[in-house]
Amino acid sequence: MFDDRSPIYQQIAEKIKDEILTGALKEDEQVMSTNQYASFYRINPATAAKGFQQLVDEGVLYKKRGIGMFVSAQAREQLRGQRRERFFTEVVDAMIAEAQMIGIPLDEVVARIAAVRIPSGEVER
Amino acid sequence: MSLPVSVRDLQLRYGDTVALDRLSFDLAAGKIYGLLGRNGSGKTSLLSVLAAFRRASGGTVLVDGEDPFENARVTRRVCLIRDNVDAEETDRVGGVLDLAARLRPDWDADYAGRLIKQFDLPLRKRVSGLSRGGRSALAVTLGLATRAPLTIFDESYLGLDAPSRYAFYQELVADYAEHPRTIILSTHLIEEVANLFEEVLIIDRGRLLVHEETDTLRQRGATITGEAGAVDAFVTGHGLEALGEKRLGGTKAVTTYGLLTDGQRREAAGAGLDIAPVGLQDLFIHLTAAGGRR
Repeated sequence: MFDDRSPIYQQIAEKIKDEILTGALKEDEQVMSTNQYASFYRINPATAAKGFQQLVDEGVLYKKRGIGMFVSAQAREQLRGQRRERFFTEVVDAMIAEAQMIGIPLDEVVARIAAVRIPSGEVER
Repeated sequence: MSLPVSVRDLQLRYGDTVALDRLSFDLAAGKIYGLLGRNGSGKTSLLSVLAAFRRASGGTVLVDGEDPFENARVTRRVCLIRDNVDAEETDRVGGVLDLAARLRPDWDADYAGRLIKQFDLPLRKRVSGLSRGGRSALAVTLGLATRAPLTIFDESYLGLDAPSRYAFYQELVADYAEHPRTIILSTHLIEEVANLFEEVLIIDRGRLLVHEETDTLRQRGATITGEAGAVDAFVTGHGLEALGEKRLGGTKAVTTYGLLTDGQRREAAGAGLDIAPVGLQDLFIHLTAAGGRR
């Protein structure tokens, strides 16, 4: 469920961000309470609260007093923008480095991308 | 309700044997603590003193600001659950639970009922007729439903099979969230429960090795792998504390203890070294291995 790569609260925050990006969590939808979350994943409630608080600080979630926490209206756009910035350095550059190391010409990589490309209507959502 | 714990220079001797050697620490009220240590490290001795089952040979122990020993005001609010139920073998399960209900001021009968169902406890059976798993189930049911402001589980859930242990962890978190209290869990099955702990204490041969927030402790361990000369240069150059090392041909892996700065991480990457995190279980093994950290 969680690994040792980074603090658990950061992994909780990342997991919720992923759910917002995939659309599993919609804008203005209520998220699980920290206690529900902690019990579900068998983690310390203080750790879960820290992860949720980070998302509030980043503007991804907002609090309604006495009711709970909700996904911010602009959360998905904001997260997509952040991930796009990281995409080329973390995903594409790493792929190119791997291809060069094992001797795959970049033309072949480009051809492959062209072959598996999803119809453009489904890319823009 | 939660109770704080304060321990100063605590010593416990059995004859010539020193079980606890000048332990000092403070536990703030209302957190879940993990007490880790190898067999014979003093975990049970320490917990027995906190719960007033034993009297300290030296130093002070304060629970909610008072010495717990022979102090009913404190002991009725402290619950120590060991790996076996403190009951006569001829008692019936239902009778053991009824007694707890009478003695414990915060006992929740409805909650106990739900746990009895969850763990499938046979109320009419005698304690002597229970399987190991049944005894553990009775023990954790007592520990949870007592809702003591200081609740201690001394490896009491180890007799449960894996599905029941996970059910116990889930119950523990859910009930703690609703009814915060100070909880101490001792274990050597660290991987399963590490995420439950807000803070971790590691004791070894009666001494306190580590008392740290779990997330911070997790970040202290690192395994640095690469060409042997480069690894050595990096570890000694930064004065890192090495807990252990392994060699395979020209490759060396050193496990270090101490927070690495971003600058050190960049330098390691530049030197072709790989830095991997160390899980709590592995860190514990390195810290407490024979010839480990002192």
